[in-house]
Amino acid sequence: MTGAQIAARAAKHVVIPKASGKDRAFAAFFQALMYGAIGLSMLALATLLYDVARDGAPRISWDFLTSFPSRIIPANSGIQSAIYGTLWLMVICAVIVVPLGIATAIYLEEYADRTKWWNRLVEVNIQNLAAVPSVVYGILGLAFIVRGPVSLGRTLLAGGITLSLLVLPVVIIVAREAIRAVPPSIREGSLALGATQWQTIWKQVLPGSIAGIATGVILALSRAIGETAPLLVIGAAVNPRFNPDGLGSAFTALPIQIFAWTQDPNREFVELAAAAILVMMVVLLLMNSVAIFLRNRYEQKW
Amino acid sequence: MPAPAARATNPAPERTSTPSASPEARDVIFGVEDINVFYGEHKAIRNVTLDLRFNDITALIGPSGCGKSTFIRCLNRMNDLIPSARVEGKIVYHGEDLYASDIDPVQVRKRIGMVFQKPNPFPKSIYDNIAFGPRVMGMKGDMDEIVENALKRGALWDEVKDRLKTNAFGMSGGQQQRLCIARALATEPDVLLMDEPCSALDPISTGRIEDLMVELKQDYSIVIVTHNMQQAARVSDMTAFFTVELHDEGRSRTGAVVEYGVTDKIFTNPDDKRTEDYVTGKFG
Amino acid sequence: MGHRTSMVRRPSGRSRFEGAVKGILFGAAAVSVLTTIAIVFSLLNETLSFFGDVPIGDFLFGTKWTPQFAADQQSFGVLPLVWGTLYLTGIGLIVAIPVGILSGMYLSEFAPRRVRKVIKPILEVLAGVPTIVFGYFALTFFTPEVLKNGLGLDVNQFNALSAGIVLGILVVPTIATLVEDAMSSVPQSLREGSAGLGANRVQTAVRVVFPAALSGVVAALVLGASRAIGETVIILIAGGQQANLSLNPYESYQSMAAFIAATARGDIPTGSIKYETIFVVGMTLFVFTLILNMVSIRLVRKYRQVYE
Repeated sequence: MTGAQIAARAAKHVVIPKASGKDRAFAAFFQALMYGAIGLSMLALATLLYDVARDGAPRISWDFLTSFPSRIIPANSGIQSAIYGTLWLMVICAVIVVPLGIATAIYLEEYADRTKWWNRLVEVNIQNLAAVPSVVYGILGLAFIVRGPVSLGRTLLAGGITLSLLVLPVVIIVAREAIRAVPPSIREGSLALGATQWQTIWKQVLPGSIAGIATGVILALSRAIGETAPLLVIGAAVNPRFNPDGLGSAFTALPIQIFAWTQDPNREFVELAAAAILVMMVVLLLMNSVAIFLRNRYEQKW
Repeated sequence: MPAPAARATNPAPERTSTPSASPEARDVIFGVEDINVFYGEHKAIRNVTLDLRFNDITALIGPSGCGKSTFIRCLNRMNDLIPSARVEGKIVYHGEDLYASDIDPVQVRKRIGMVFQKPNPFPKSIYDNIAFGPRVMGMKGDMDEIVENALKRGALWDEVKDRLKTNAFGMSGGQQQRLCIARALATEPDVLLMDEPCSALDPISTGRIEDLMVELKQDYSIVIVTHNMQQAARVSDMTAFFTVELHDEGRSRTGAVVEYGVTDKIFTNPDDKRTEDYVTGKFG
Repeated sequence: MGHRTSMVRRPSGRSRFEGAVKGILFGAAAVSVLTTIAIVFSLLNETLSFFGDVPIGDFLFGTKWTPQFAADQQSFGVLPLVWGTLYLTGIGLIVAIPVGILSGMYLSEFAPRRVRKVIKPILEVLAGVPTIVFGYFALTFFTPEVLKNGLGLDVNQFNALSAGIVLGILVVPTIATLVEDAMSSVPQSLREGSAGLGANRVQTAVRVVFPAALSGVVAALVLGASRAIGETVIILIAGGQQANLSLNPYESYQSMAAFIAATARGDIPTGSIKYETIFVVGMTLFVFTLILNMVSIRLVRKYRQVYE
């Protein structure tokens, strides 16, 4: 092709064509859709928070936090038993999931031979457990722990164990990621100095991953204390006028109290539910802030 | 001028391409005027001025980090995709300044094709890979014919004509790169920019692509960045030698063109000692 | 001479300790397997008892679910519960799929870094809100103020529209973050190739990146669906407690999970037929979500294979 022919061909398509109106229009339309989607999510969250705050804020008072729930008189009702119950559950949960979750994660990351079928089974199993609906864990708690073989009755301990089983897969997954983030060179260095596998884990790997693990545990616990369905199924007490006095005690928790109040036809109780929600959200906010603080301050950047 | 000394150890490889003779064919397609490129505060290349001509294969050679890729990406405004990049200067293409304020970079790239260092076919069928550019452009015509023509021009048609609907990932590296070339050609550009197209390929695939470039030269203008000096000497008509200049006690590096001329001359009788040192292998 | 003896392997306290450690850790890992076994066993046990009293055909294909009636008038067809679950999930997904995919696409392909830094945490907050808060919101705000007053719809106090839409809002962050992950994992070289061919950003995102991330996106949708199917409290509070087999979003519906939570209140006598219904419905729910999760895992694995 001579230069003239190329120039002719170039002239056939305009040298630098103007963008087609259709392309521009579609791009603009699509961007509008995306902004709309994001806007909708933000709006939903804002409306939700506004609704709860508007209904509940007037009801918050020291009396509210320190009274027991009353079935009859809204003005005298409070969430003391619910707060105690939630705190107890959180502690029981932590005591169970932290050692179990970390131990499982260590086993899977440091010891398990991935070619063996039983180890792969454990891994797949954990992924499945993480996605089982929480109400099924409630059924497990009812049939196995409240009644059945363990037969603890409708007690704090039963509730705590049920919630622990619910969040254990999440803790395992998070702990595994934190442990995996420790580079192999650290382990090799330790082993090369003559340390045993466990010494390497205890002195090098765990300290290096503890921040990530702690963050994950706190987030898992905050999920546990927001759960309603499992506690409903195992029979948490409704409107108890006492605080739990030990692991064998009947109990309630914030989500249960909130649920009970939303079921009441009396509008005032519904407002109390909103107030309790606010308290619960504050607790969750605190926990998440601690988790984020820990992560930012102590996270090991390899 | 002192006779280049240790040149004899690397005799210029046999040329497979001849520069087009006719004057119209050697009109200027890219008039590059004083291009400077910045990434944030850092000046990546400075004061590049040269004319790239129709139906030439122009090679850009030089050591790592001297701005060859940065420069070639100016020619189709790919640097626009990097948020911190800023281009100053003028590049005149068919009489239009590519960097004029009313030029849409997306439209620029419809006229100028690009092939990258690592083959990057889409995870679609061979057919859909080739058809992507024309579809996006809204090209009129029989798509089957457009795809066939592009694959023929890319010297790939015979190998894949029976499996156009299979996934492009099933091809070998060399085939994938020829697919990327055919894909770029499907939108009927008149320029093909190639950024180290053979560096990820084996020698046999490299040879086939070099043969393809020489064939394509008749209809297209090609600019190629290459680390392989023998390749540049074999196929290109004009060569630009880039180098890296150190400033600030070695803390900042800026690329610049040392010498630009006919390939034969660059490799056998360069004007600048730095060029001579590079092509004879003394450094880089 | 002394060197060799110090290196010879010998049963020592140390190595026995290491062995014990490994055993203990394996025991911890086994707890998770035992959990699954316990779940399956408890469900299966009572389910089999149930099918001793109610023929399995009646259960699977019956269209009336009335365990609350007197003994000779009870019906145990599970279809209304299954339908309620799917219907509410369907409404939720109609909201969550477009909003989730568009949000994920925006975060991955278009959002400038500063915007991302603001929006991602907000999505995380939304994801962390306990479901009971959503239930409260649906009952006390969405139904009265949005649907009744705002849109003037003649909905029931407990209705599928409210529960379904709020269920969708719950699931949006799940879908959005997974879609964003899937699309960000697509290699940059594909975007460059597309740009080099003259496609604009929207064309690149829609015609190259999204199809390349497709199995990851589908996994996200499947996981979102699974989450919606298993969700209890929103439906319990705002959807009503009436098993319903019709198609009217203004009416009350009950899902499988909501039925379980409504029925099991700790004082149900073990071995009664009502007790057994909890388990057989629980089993059905468990099987549903198990299948969905396995599909999702397989999709993610297939997706990873292409890019690694």
